Amino acid sequence: MKILVTVKEVAAVEDDFEIDGLSIDERYLEYDLNEWDDYAVEAAVQIAENADEEVEVVAATIGPERSEETIRMALAKGADRAVRVWDDAIAEQTLFDVDAKVSVFEQVVADEEPDLVLTGVQAADDAFGATGVALANRVGYQWAAVVNDLDYAAGDETATVRRELEGGVEEITEVDLPAVLSIQTGINEPRYASLRGIRQAQQKEIAPHDLSDLGLDAAAVDGALELTEMYEPESESDATIFEGGAEETAAELADVLREKGVVGE
Amino acid sequence: MTDVLFVAEHRRGDLRDVSYEGISAGRGLADALGGELHVAVISGEVEAFAESLNTPEVDTIHTVDAGEEFDHDTYAAATEALHAALDPTALLLPNSVNGLDYAPAVADSLGLPYATDAVDMAYDDGLTVTREMYGSKVETTVDVAGDQYVVSIRGGEWPAADGAGDAEITSFDFDESSVDDGARVQGFEEVGGGDVDISEAEFLVSIGRGIEEEENLDLIRDLCDATGATLSSSRPIVDNGWLPKNRQVGQSGKQVTPKVYLAIGISGAVQHVAGMKGAETIIAINTDPNAPIFDIADYGIVGDLFDVVPALIEEFN
Ligand SMILES: Cc1cc2nc3c(=O)[nH]c(=O)nc-3n(C[C@H](O)[C@H](O)[C@H](O)COP(=O)(O)OP(=O)(O)OC[C@H]3O[C@@H](n4cnc5c(N)ncnc54)[C@H](O)[C@@H]3O)c2cc1C
Repeated sequence: MKILVTVKEVAAVEDDFEIDGLSIDERYLEYDLNEWDDYAVEAAVQIAENADEEVEVVAATIGPERSEETIRMALAKGADRAVRVWDDAIAEQTLFDVDAKVSVFEQVVADEEPDLVLTGVQAADDAFGATGVALANRVGYQWAAVVNDLDYAAGDETATVRRELEGGVEEITEVDLPAVLSIQTGINEPRYASLRGIRQAQQKEIAPHDLSDLGLDAAAVDGALELTEMYEPESESDATIFEGGAEETAAELADVLREKGVVGE
Repeated sequence: MTDVLFVAEHRRGDLRDVSYEGISAGRGLADALGGELHVAVISGEVEAFAESLNTPEVDTIHTVDAGEEFDHDTYAAATEALHAALDPTALLLPNSVNGLDYAPAVADSLGLPYATDAVDMAYDDGLTVTREMYGSKVETTVDVAGDQYVVSIRGGEWPAADGAGDAEITSFDFDESSVDDGARVQGFEEVGGGDVDISEAEFLVSIGRGIEEEENLDLIRDLCDATGATLSSSRPIVDNGWLPKNRQVGQSGKQVTPKVYLAIGISGAVQHVAGMKGAETIIAINTDPNAPIFDIADYGIVGDLFDVVPALIEEFN
């Protein structure tokens, strides 16, 4: 069987940063594998490792050449190969919306014909939280979103999942395959890439594709959402900030705690 | 075609808060569009839910009597059928965990633009949605092209509608035989019981990813010992297996309302804040002056927890 994992290199913003028009200057960004995707990769690799049959794990990403560095992390952790899609038409989008992403992944699914697709619940940067379920709908797969427990062995025709609802309630659901599951953090313990894994990853294939390779044209990724402003949120806070060294600020904080009467004598 | 359709949410017999907030969001947009607000409630005790949703802001309530609990196939099929019948300009859905499980499918099936996790909306010749990026460190406005769209709305951002209205209540039938059955809900389970109930605590010391290593938790335990506080945490600490699930504060953890909530090394992501914003006094210790937690804090120290916490322990020993 084959498992496709969608992975994304996401940017995190440093403590101090400046916004330049509609983006944050590169100087203030740090790139990493999306936290939720890390758990999705681990879930896929665990299924492959525990399988009696051959399971291929393919990582698929939409990202510029730079992102290969991050995608190699997924390969170092056990994915067999990767597909990377990029195109000038994608680079031009101010905001690469859900529909555009799904149009790309739809073609990847058509090429790869996976039995199971794992995605992260959301990407830490744009936080749409919609790609997995929209993709499932587009390709006619079953789905489940926000999965924090997965009971599935390679070859099974159904997966039993727990969906983590609000307030500490979990829903238990049986999903037929083929399916797309969006994976929540905490479902497993993502491994660190071993040195051996990192070395092996260098030999693994990251196949670059542009839109025409996938039979798409630029219009397919011309999203309906346009970013028009980016700014630091206006703080409504009137927080009292204690200034000074650790002793000084701790003393002021201790006074507040005493005043509120929450610290026992 | 100037109407707004909002689909309410309920679980195990209760309408969830976002159902009333969505009514306010929907009314605001319907007024800007010059249209009516339709609210739909799908599955469960729809008649009773409709009564409760009948607030002054609503024009029409559509009850869809199908199944007991949320099932994404039923919700998707019913919502698409309602959309076809009403042809609204905007379809609003909650950006809740269940929203995440069907709204993207509905938007895709309808072939409409989809903006998720809206914290605000404005209409002026076209829809502009305000949403956050990079873990709430920046806010953005997004113009949505087209005459019709789907928007999922974040809970807690609009006031909850209340009071009695005189909306028309009508039942809506759709072809249930068309509903896919490839994902079947088997049941529910409460998780996170255990030794302490953090929702009962008066003083919570809550630790986040800023603690870096499991061993460093001892420092926070020392602080709890010195102050008599109860220890809680953000999600990554629980994900790492460093604390049990019953200590997690947030959307998928516990909702807490202590007298004092001291957040240490916690950024203040929306899903965390959802669980603790009701605290009487919020105090944050964080190295990042731009951390969103400071926006809701009453007191703050911009500093390194590894310096401040030992000094604080000193204060009480
Ligand atoms: C569906 C869903 C449900 C979720 N449910 C929950 C939930 O219930 N609860 C929850 O908490 N999260 C939840 N999350 C996750 C949430 O989005 C965040 O990822 C999480 O809250 C971040 O935790 P954090 O603040 O500890 O970590 P981070 O966001 O990584 O923040 C760490 C903070 O520590 C600060 N820091 C670092 N070093 C130091 C130092 N030495 N001294 C002081 N400060 C320091 C940093 O400046 C930073 O602000 C959920 C996510 C999703 C998608």
